Amino acid sequence: MSAAQETLERQDQLQGIGCSRKRKEDPRFIQGRGLYVDDVKLPGMLFGALVRSPFAHARVVSINKEKALALPGVHAVVTAEDLKPLGLHWMPTLAGDTQAVLADEKVCFQQQEVAMVVADDRYIAADGAELVEVEYEALPALVDPHKAMDADAPIIREDLVGKDEAGQGKRTHDNHIFTWDVGDKDGTHRAFDNAEVTVREEILNPRVHPSPLETCGCVASFDKVKGDLTVYITSQAPHIVRTVVTLLSGIPESKVRIISPDIGGGFGNKVGIYPGYVAAIVASIVLGRPVKWIENRIDNLSTTAFARDYHGVGELAADKDGRIKALRFYALADHGAFNAHAQPTKWPAGLFSICTGSYDIPVAYARVDGVYTNKAPGGVAYRCSFRVTEAVYLIERMIDVLAQKLDIDKAEIRRRNFIKAEQFPYQSALGWEYDSGNYLPALEKVLEAVDYEGLRREQAEKRARGELMGIGICTFTEIVGAGPSKACDVLGVGMFDSCEIRVHPTGSAIARMGTITQGQGHQTTYAQIIASELGLSSDDIQIEEGDTDTAPYGLGTYGSRSTPVGGAATAMAARSIRAKAQKIAAHLLEVSPEDIEWDVDRFQVKGNPEAAKTMKEVAWAAYNNVPEGMEMGLESVNYYDPPNFTYPFGIYVCVVDIDRHTGETTIRRFYALDDCGTRINPMIIDGQIHGGLNEAFAVAMGQLISFDEDGNLQGNTLMDYFIPTFVETPHWETDYTVTPSPHHPLGAKGVAESPHVGGIPCFSNAIVDAFAHKGVTHLDMPHTAYKLWKTIRQLSLDT
Amino acid sequence: MAKTQVSFNVNGQDVDVLVEPRELLIHVLREQLRLTGSHIGCETSHCGACTVDINGQSVKSCTLLAVQAQGARVITVEGLAAGGELHPVQQAFMDEHGLQCGFCTPGMLVRGYRLLQENPNPSEEEIRMGMAGNLCRCTGYQNIVKSIQAAAAAMNADAGNQAE
Amino acid sequence: MIPPSFEYHAPGSVDDAVALLSQYGDEAKILAGGHSLLPMMKLRFAEPEHLVDINNIGSLKGIREENGEIVIGSMTSENDLINSALLQEKCPMLPEAAKLIADPQVRNRGTIGGDISHGDPGNDHPALMLALDAKFILVGSNGSREVLAIDFFLGTFFTALETDEIMTEIRIAPQPAGTGASYHKLKRKTGDYATAAAAAVIGISGDSCRSARIALTNLGATALRATDAEAVLVGQAITDALIEQAAAKVMEICDPPEDLRGDVEYKTHMGGEMTRRAIRDAIKRAGGN
Repeated sequence: MSAAQETLERQDQLQGIGCSRKRKEDPRFIQGRGLYVDDVKLPGMLFGALVRSPFAHARVVSINKEKALALPGVHAVVTAEDLKPLGLHWMPTLAGDTQAVLADEKVCFQQQEVAMVVADDRYIAADGAELVEVEYEALPALVDPHKAMDADAPIIREDLVGKDEAGQGKRTHDNHIFTWDVGDKDGTHRAFDNAEVTVREEILNPRVHPSPLETCGCVASFDKVKGDLTVYITSQAPHIVRTVVTLLSGIPESKVRIISPDIGGGFGNKVGIYPGYVAAIVASIVLGRPVKWIENRIDNLSTTAFARDYHGVGELAADKDGRIKALRFYALADHGAFNAHAQPTKWPAGLFSICTGSYDIPVAYARVDGVYTNKAPGGVAYRCSFRVTEAVYLIERMIDVLAQKLDIDKAEIRRRNFIKAEQFPYQSALGWEYDSGNYLPALEKVLEAVDYEGLRREQAEKRARGELMGIGICTFTEIVGAGPSKACDVLGVGMFDSCEIRVHPTGSAIARMGTITQGQGHQTTYAQIIASELGLSSDDIQIEEGDTDTAPYGLGTYGSRSTPVGGAATAMAARSIRAKAQKIAAHLLEVSPEDIEWDVDRFQVKGNPEAAKTMKEVAWAAYNNVPEGMEMGLESVNYYDPPNFTYPFGIYVCVVDIDRHTGETTIRRFYALDDCGTRINPMIIDGQIHGGLNEAFAVAMGQLISFDEDGNLQGNTLMDYFIPTFVETPHWETDYTVTPSPHHPLGAKGVAESPHVGGIPCFSNAIVDAFAHKGVTHLDMPHTAYKLWKTIRQLSLDT
Repeated sequence: MAKTQVSFNVNGQDVDVLVEPRELLIHVLREQLRLTGSHIGCETSHCGACTVDINGQSVKSCTLLAVQAQGARVITVEGLAAGGELHPVQQAFMDEHGLQCGFCTPGMLVRGYRLLQENPNPSEEEIRMGMAGNLCRCTGYQNIVKSIQAAAAAMNADAGNQAE
Repeated sequence: MIPPSFEYHAPGSVDDAVALLSQYGDEAKILAGGHSLLPMMKLRFAEPEHLVDINNIGSLKGIREENGEIVIGSMTSENDLINSALLQEKCPMLPEAAKLIADPQVRNRGTIGGDISHGDPGNDHPALMLALDAKFILVGSNGSREVLAIDFFLGTFFTALETDEIMTEIRIAPQPAGTGASYHKLKRKTGDYATAAAAAVIGISGDSCRSARIALTNLGATALRATDAEAVLVGQAITDALIEQAAAKVMEICDPPEDLRGDVEYKTHMGGEMTRRAIRDAIKRAGGN
């Protein structure tokens, strides 16, 4: 075997970066041995059930606990009154607002938490919840965000009346939360005034919900003897939970242990702290027994972090050749009754300012006004990368609108506007430095793969026959990996992340990170990174996350930040170990460290590869034979503060056929090319792409959380809330290019949210494209058969 | 409410439980028998995470009273591996990356197992129709289809080998 | 998620079941497949004090042919309908339509009798029964009686079943040669109730339509027989124009509720479109073109 082959074989054996190795976490899941929060059963455990408001807006006149307390097996009925003396009836949110834990004198959204019944088991707790008698006095509900700032609008947050700030800057009305803007307002207005062409559309991102298959819940267990609190919780950010619990309860962080065990899907639904958690924790502290709270699906869809609800107006100014000169965007953001927006502190519209997208736009201005309504709190969730779904939807829809106005092909107009490869790192008009990108060759690759010209010819033929066929293109740039601590913090904690690695004497290792997987395969991918860095097989590297007693402090997993930040910390920690190991190897080989070079899994003497020590041999030596003055052991911890976000990108094409008699859409083809820089496990990446595209399909084609004019929820069960099954879900084709991130230690970018961010506008663009020949420039989501049929009818296309 | 005794067989083992008539089978499996592999994802019988095998049929155990399981032969995900060896459908899910968060997986496996008993050589369309009672949020379904196909191939190869 | 408490009964015979229903009257509900009742109980929309589980009554299961008539036990599951060689041969619309109901797991428990007896205008079997001119055998404390499908559906969740009665059998007369049947169901996704659905059973003689029965799902307070639409077709050579007329007649009787599946206009038009498709397919199967 040649030396090169031998090296390759050693590399393969590591199953490190680039290897589509099978997942290390799978054995327990396929045998039903995962540990999810509802699987946790502690001795003496009680069960909490929430009593929830049937009204969207009402005063709570009285709460009568008598009958509930009289039910055998009921231990307590907790209300705001019980939480007041502890100062816990309200809690801080991630967006600088406060949120009622249990309704304090009024309820502000339907299904809002009013009381928690704690009983021996979930059956008695459910019966007990029915017996709590709450008297309400209904108030007029504010449902339309456009009316939130009317002079006669019902005031929702009486607790904020007179306060001219709600944590995000000046308020101009009692229902106003914030005004945020970015960019060069005057320059942008001038560009529009002078433009040869302008286009304008009203763009809605309807309210949807991530609906992970596992709902939210916790088991809170306060040990009265030791004075410590353990909480098993469905959380994407366990360390943040720990810090918040300490701040709320006064129990020191050293006595609070938060455990995120296996989590059945997060998608941003499990970032915030929900009233159910706080009520269960308080109940456990008071009763001195573990208390479990697990919400139902209806609770989940009705009250936990929703996504989107951005009511926008998008505008582009361009020249006659379709070169964009300016972008202008205004949005009204419906945040619900409390501002629990899961954002880095200074970003009330998340990372919306990425909305100049993949295009070289010289000037831009965006403004978002957030308002309160009588709906559940939230806004940032659902694989959105902090409002990047809204931003990319805006620019990708608008560039199609511009293309239609100028009768320029939708692929061609993108070519004309792309940021060119030589412009990277690229300073966007709204303040971002894109690390790397190479859009043009990726676009050409996709267009060729789908035979774009052929598709356009086919579309022309079908149109002549009165048939509806659409081709959607989306060429998006994402921004993930929050984030540099000078710009990004959560409740004051910088958004670094961490990794601690310890190599054992016999050459296997354990590593813990501050992130937490919810299905993304961290137990495998982090092991692969360490395998490549340390020359140990990924089979021999144990990865743990989620237990705040053992994992170094981290900000959790959301916004595709694990690889950009956690992965970087992992690489840096591993390199620090390798640097020490190199010195030990030199000591063993009796040469100086400068004479040593690293080769896959071993240190060898430069010019004399036979003289080598594997990492395994060095590991053993680290515990008994180290150079003079060096500490024993082989471990490292790294807290990585990223210098920038990472900017993965993608080129997606979607082909649709619409049945003009029913409005039903068939997704004929979906081709997704993603560039996330260095690819750690291609199999896992593809899985993430499939999943994100499926969620994009659901959002674009059918999901909606809607309300009637009294604020009553409609469609908040899985009967109506569209979760596609195997049958509706189309086939996904994946492809890739690799444009590494210049600042990331591995050249890797995040990827798992790209398919959702890029998929939604791709489906939408395809649908609108199907009607473009009839002058349709925009259609709002969801593109249900019903809505599309209405358009077909309006255009008399079904005759 | 007075409790009744219900006796049935789970994964080859006879069990007796005391239940109220209203107790759902999924709760009895998870809480009393501590078989927590089957999961709860909704309360309207849509998601299929609770799917078990009862007398040779796939059933959503959240929509069955425990008392209705009297005398039944129940298989849960914990019973798929025989004598310590994974069932081909379990192996296939690992080989084809048919799971991510794992929450829907037990239901998928138990349903997939029965689907292949009903139809040992399903087309992709038959797989998608046959698994339509199980929802997944993570995988986009594509690799689960591949997993079922791989399991079918493995099982048919085994059957072929045994026949020789 | 948690049903309220109730007393549970599992009779082994029809007589025992009837006796229980007589005894408890309005306080009792029949537990058949349970996939309509139990979800309602879990949401506490239904709180019966007594459940009478009829799953152990063997005589209620099975599909057979008796003097040319197809006899289906009321507790036959949807999957048993799908797998029945007899139905596939003699009444293929039934197994085909059953595949469009719910999902594989639900179809193992959901029963044709339960689907019919619930009186839910969204259920599929009522329209199929109307289109097949089926008869139901009901057994109560006054004995057994026969009710035609056309006389059975009285209102939303309101049927001809008395409080002490159970449906035991569904009887379908043999379809003469030259008859074709088809059910077209528009739904938002697999497993959903119909946005609109139509069943058509068309008999062709030579060039003209000898008989037509058209029935609709979820387009009114109950499943609907579209007799005016039928009259348009009978005795005529069926042309595209005639099918349009029949569809228009169907749309005239549609009275669907507006909900998340669509408004009245959409559902009504879809009633028409499903009718067109069902008629065309039924004709093809009858051997016509």
